[in-house]
Amino acid sequence: MELYMSLAIGVLFTVGVYLVLSKSLLRIILGTSFLTHGVHLLLLTMSRLKTGAAPLLGEKADAYVDPLPQALILTSIVISFGVTSFFFVLAYKAYQKLGTDDMEQLRGSDDE
Amino acid sequence: MLLLHFAIILPFLFAFIGPLLQKALPRVHTGWLMLPAPVFLFIYMMSLIPVNRERGPLQGKLSWMPSLGVDFDVYADGLGLLFALIITGIGSLVVLYSIYYLDKNKEKLTHFYVYLMLFMGAMLGLVLSDNAMVLYGFWELTSISSFLLIAFWHKRERSRYGALKSMVITVFGGLAMFAGFLLLYTVTGTFSIREWIAEAPSMANDALFLPAMLLVLLGAFTKSAQFPFHIWLPDAMEAPTPVSAYLHSATMVKAGIYLVARMSPVFAGQQAWLWLVSGFGVATLIYGSYRAMKQTDLKALLAFSTISQLGLVMSLFGLGSAAAFYTGTEQALFYSKATMAAVFHLINHAIFKGALFMTAGIVDHETGTRDIRRLGGLMAVMPISFTIAVIGAFSMAGIPPFNGFLSKEMFFTSVLNIREAELLGLHAWGALIPVIAWVASVFTFVYSMLFVFRTFGGKKSFEKLEKKPHEAPLGMLLPPVTLASLAIVFGLFPNLLSYSLIEPAMAAVHPNLLEPGKQFMVSIHLWHGFTAELYMTAGVVALGIVLFLLHRRTAVLHAPLFERVSLNRVYDSGLKLLDRFSGSVTKLYMTGSIRQYLIYIFVFIIAALGATLVSEGAVQLDTSGFADMSFYEAVIIIALILSAIAVPFANSRLMAIILTGVSGYMVTLFFVIFRAPDLALTQMIVETVSVALFLLCFYHLPKLKKEVVKLRFKLWNLLIAVGVGTVMTLVALSASGGSSFESISHYFLENSYTLAGGKNVVNVILVDFRGFDTMLEIVVLGIASYGIYALIRVKLKGDQEEGAIETRDPKLSLNVYGPRSNDVILRTVAKLAIVIIVCFSLYLFYMGHHHPGGGFIGALMASAALLLMAMSFGMDAVNRIVKFNFRKLTAVGILVAMLTGIGSFAFDAPFLSHAFDYFHIPLIGELELATATLFDLGVYLTVIGVTMTILFTIGRDQ
Repeated sequence: MELYMSLAIGVLFTVGVYLVLSKSLLRIILGTSFLTHGVHLLLLTMSRLKTGAAPLLGEKADAYVDPLPQALILTSIVISFGVTSFFFVLAYKAYQKLGTDDMEQLRGSDDE
Repeated sequence: MLLLHFAIILPFLFAFIGPLLQKALPRVHTGWLMLPAPVFLFIYMMSLIPVNRERGPLQGKLSWMPSLGVDFDVYADGLGLLFALIITGIGSLVVLYSIYYLDKNKEKLTHFYVYLMLFMGAMLGLVLSDNAMVLYGFWELTSISSFLLIAFWHKRERSRYGALKSMVITVFGGLAMFAGFLLLYTVTGTFSIREWIAEAPSMANDALFLPAMLLVLLGAFTKSAQFPFHIWLPDAMEAPTPVSAYLHSATMVKAGIYLVARMSPVFAGQQAWLWLVSGFGVATLIYGSYRAMKQTDLKALLAFSTISQLGLVMSLFGLGSAAAFYTGTEQALFYSKATMAAVFHLINHAIFKGALFMTAGIVDHETGTRDIRRLGGLMAVMPISFTIAVIGAFSMAGIPPFNGFLSKEMFFTSVLNIREAELLGLHAWGALIPVIAWVASVFTFVYSMLFVFRTFGGKKSFEKLEKKPHEAPLGMLLPPVTLASLAIVFGLFPNLLSYSLIEPAMAAVHPNLLEPGKQFMVSIHLWHGFTAELYMTAGVVALGIVLFLLHRRTAVLHAPLFERVSLNRVYDSGLKLLDRFSGSVTKLYMTGSIRQYLIYIFVFIIAALGATLVSEGAVQLDTSGFADMSFYEAVIIIALILSAIAVPFANSRLMAIILTGVSGYMVTLFFVIFRAPDLALTQMIVETVSVALFLLCFYHLPKLKKEVVKLRFKLWNLLIAVGVGTVMTLVALSASGGSSFESISHYFLENSYTLAGGKNVVNVILVDFRGFDTMLEIVVLGIASYGIYALIRVKLKGDQEEGAIETRDPKLSLNVYGPRSNDVILRTVAKLAIVIIVCFSLYLFYMGHHHPGGGFIGALMASAALLLMAMSFGMDAVNRIVKFNFRKLTAVGILVAMLTGIGSFAFDAPFLSHAFDYFHIPLIGELELATATLFDLGVYLTVIGVTMTILFTIGRDQ
C-alpha cells in the first residue's frame, strides 16, 4: 500500500508542479491544491498506514495509528482553505484591474 | 547602572518624550523643550572634572551580552570628559541658536530635534564607552543621525545627495573600523579598549596588528573628513546651519580624532601609526586650507576650513605619538607637547568654528545669501555679528590675543620639535613638515580674512540681496557671543583649561608616560619671548596680508585649479558604476517572471533532496511491513491519479475545478481508510465549502484559454514537474520504509487522557499539547480573511476601475446575493436541514475532546449550514437571522483563545496551560469541563468568522 501511495503522491506533486509552472492564474491556484493534497498524503504515509485503530482512546484498541501527522494535516487543511480563498480573490482582482491572467504579462515594471 | 549610563540615555529619552510633550504644549518651540537635556548634561559633566582629578575616571559596568564580550561599560576619563563637555556645551548653545534659526511655523521641528537628540546621545555614548562594539554601535548611530539631519530639507535634491554621500563614506569607514575591532578581538580576546591598552606591548608583534591599525585608521579618516575622504563634508553643508555648527565642525567630525586619540596608547610606538596619522593630517591641512581660500560660499569656506583644521589636530596627535618611542626619558615630555597642542586646539577649534558657523548662519538668515560675491558692507548694519566674526576669524588665523594664536604657536613648536626625532627617516623628511605647516597657516590667514572682510567689509551694496539686512535677534546672537567671549578668555587665561581639561586628557592619551600618581603640568603663556614660533607667525601675517590684497586680482588665488578632475567625479561615477553593475547582476536572475522563481525553488528541491537521498543511501525498497491493499483502495488510487492527470488537459474552468474536487474527495476517502476520522470530516466539509467558493469566484474568473506556448516551455515544465514528483515519491518511500529514530507519537497516545483528559488524541494535540500552534494558525486564518475583505471592499483613493474586463457569466454564478432562490424544494428542505446541521455542528464541537470533531470541524459544519441558508434564502436573510458581524466574530474568537492562554498566568502556569475536571450535573450526568474546551470555542468562533467573511465578501462583490 505504501508503495502505491508513494506513487500517487508523486503523481499529485507532478501535476501540482506542472500546473503551478503554467501561465494562467487559475491553473496555478489549482496546482497549489494538488501540492497540498500531495503533502497531506505524504505526511500520512510517512507514519506507516493502517497500523491500528483511529486515535480515539475510547476504542480501547491494542494499537492506534500515529495521531501526530493527523493533527498536522488538520491544521494544514484549514490553513490551505484560507490561503486558496485568498489566492482566488487575488487572482480575480488582478484580472479585473489588469485585464490579463497571464503571469508572463504580469511581470513588474522596471522602475519598481 | 550608573548616573553616567543615565547621562548617555537622557538625550534618547528626550527624543522619545519630546514629541509627546510637544503635543501637550503645541505652542512652545520644540527647542525649549529639548534645551534642558544638554544644559543638565553639561553641568553634570563639569561636576565630573574634579571627580576625575581626585579619584580617577568614573567607571560603570552594565552587563549586556557577556557571552559575546559585549558590555555597556562606560568610563569618563580626561579624554572622554573633554569630548562630553564639547558635545553638551556646544550642544546647549546650538539648541538655543536653532530656536531662533528655525521657524516654528515652517519647519518640522519635532523631526529636527528628535534627530538632534539622537545624535547627542549617540555621540556621548561614543566618547564614554569602553567597549569597542558599543562604541561602534554609537558610531554608526551618529552617521545615521547625521544623514537624517543633512537631509532635513529633504525636498532639495542637493540635500539628499549630500546626506547619501556622507552616509556612504562614513558608514564605509565605520565598517572598516568594525573589522579592525574584530581583528583586535581575535588578538586579545576582549572588546574592552582599556584592556587593549594594557595588552598593547604584547600585541605589537601579532600579524593582525598592522591590518587592524589600518582598518581603524580608515574609520577615523573617513569620519574626520581626512583627505581624500573629505569630499562628503562640503556637501554636508546642505544641512541647516545649527547642524553644520554642531555635527560638522564641533562634534561628529571629531569622532575620528577621538578614535585616534583613544587608540593612541594601543598603536603609538608604531612607525606606521606616526607616519600615517601625521602624514594624512598634514596633507589634509594644506589641501583644506588651499581649497578654503577658493570658495565663494561662506559655509563651503568654513567646511574646507574645518577639513583643514581637523587635519591639523590629526597631525598633532600623530606627532605626539612620537613620545611613545622615548618612554621613561625627558624627551617623551618634549614630544608629548604635540598632544597638548592637539587637545588645546581641539577645544579652541570647537569654540571659534562654532562662533563662525553661527555667524554664517546669521548672515544667511538675515540677508538670504551666503555668497561672498554678493555680500559686503554688513559691518554697519550688523555690528555685533561683525565683532563675533572678527574674533572667530582672528582666532582661526592665529592672531593674538585670541585662543587660536596660542594653539597655533604650540603647533609650530611641535612641528619644529619633530625634526629632532632621530627615527623613522624623520631626519630627512621632517624638515618638510614645518614648511607645509607654515604655508597652510598662510592660507588659513587668507581665508579667515576673506570670511570677515568680504562679508562685512567693503562698500554697502545691498541691492543684490533678497532681504534688507539687519542685526539678528538677541537669542540668536547669544550663543556666538558666548563662544567669542570664550575665545578671548581662553586666549588671555589659557591655564583655566590646562588644569581642568588638558592635563587629564593628556593623561588619557599617554597613560604610560608618567609614573603612577604624577600628573602632566601644563602651563601656557601668551608671551614666551622672541622665538622661532613668533617669527613664523609674523611671517604668516605679512605674507597673508599680501595674498589677501592680491586675492581678487590674481585668478590663481580664487579660481579652481582643476575643473575636470575631481575626487567628487570619482565618487559620483564610481557610485553610478556600482549601481549599474549590481542592477545588471540582479536582473540576470530577478526577471519578474514568477515561473522562473518557482523553477529556482523546484530545481533546488530536486537537487538538494535528491542529492541527500542518494548520499545518505536512503532509497531502498523494503516492502516488508507495508500494509496490504484491497481492491477498493486500488480503485481509489487509480481514480485519484486519473483525475489529477486529467486537470492539465481540461479545457474549461468548470472541468478543471470539478476534477480538482474529485481528487479532493478521493483524498477524503483515503483519510477514512487510514483511520483518520477527524481529517475525513474536515476535508469533506472543506471540499464542499470550496466548491461553493469556486462557484462564487467563477463569476469573476477569466475563461480558461488553451495555453499557446512553445513545446520547449511545456517540456521544461514537464521535466521539472516529473523531477519533483519522483523526488517526493522517493522521499515518501524512504520515510515510510524504515524509521531511523524513535517517533514522539507514543507520548501523545499515552498521555492524552491522563494529562489532558481527552480521548480524541488528534484534538488534544491541537488544543492542548500544541495549542500555541493552533492559536497562531487561527491568527493566520484571520489575517487571510481580513486580507480578502481588504482586497475586495477597501477602495483606495484614485482606485478607479479602469480597463476592467467584463467576463461575467451570470448563469453560472451562485445566486446568493440577489433575490432569494425560487427552488421550492430546496427552500423547504433547507429549513429543516439547517437546524439539523447546526445542531450537529454543536455536537461535533462539544464532543471533539473525546470523539471525532472539535472546533475546526464544528465551525466548518456551521458555516456549511449558513452557506445553505444563504443559497436558499439569500444573503440578506442570513444577515437578518444571524446578526453577527463576522469580521468581529473572528476577532472575538482569537481573543477568547488568547485570553484562555493568558488565564494560565493567574495560576502561575506557563502560557496556554490547561486544566480539566469532572463534575456531576443533574439530568446530564457526569460532565467534563476543561479549559481546553474554552480554547476550542475560540477556534470555533474564529473559523466561523473567517469562513463566512470569505464567502460573504466574495459573494457580495459585484
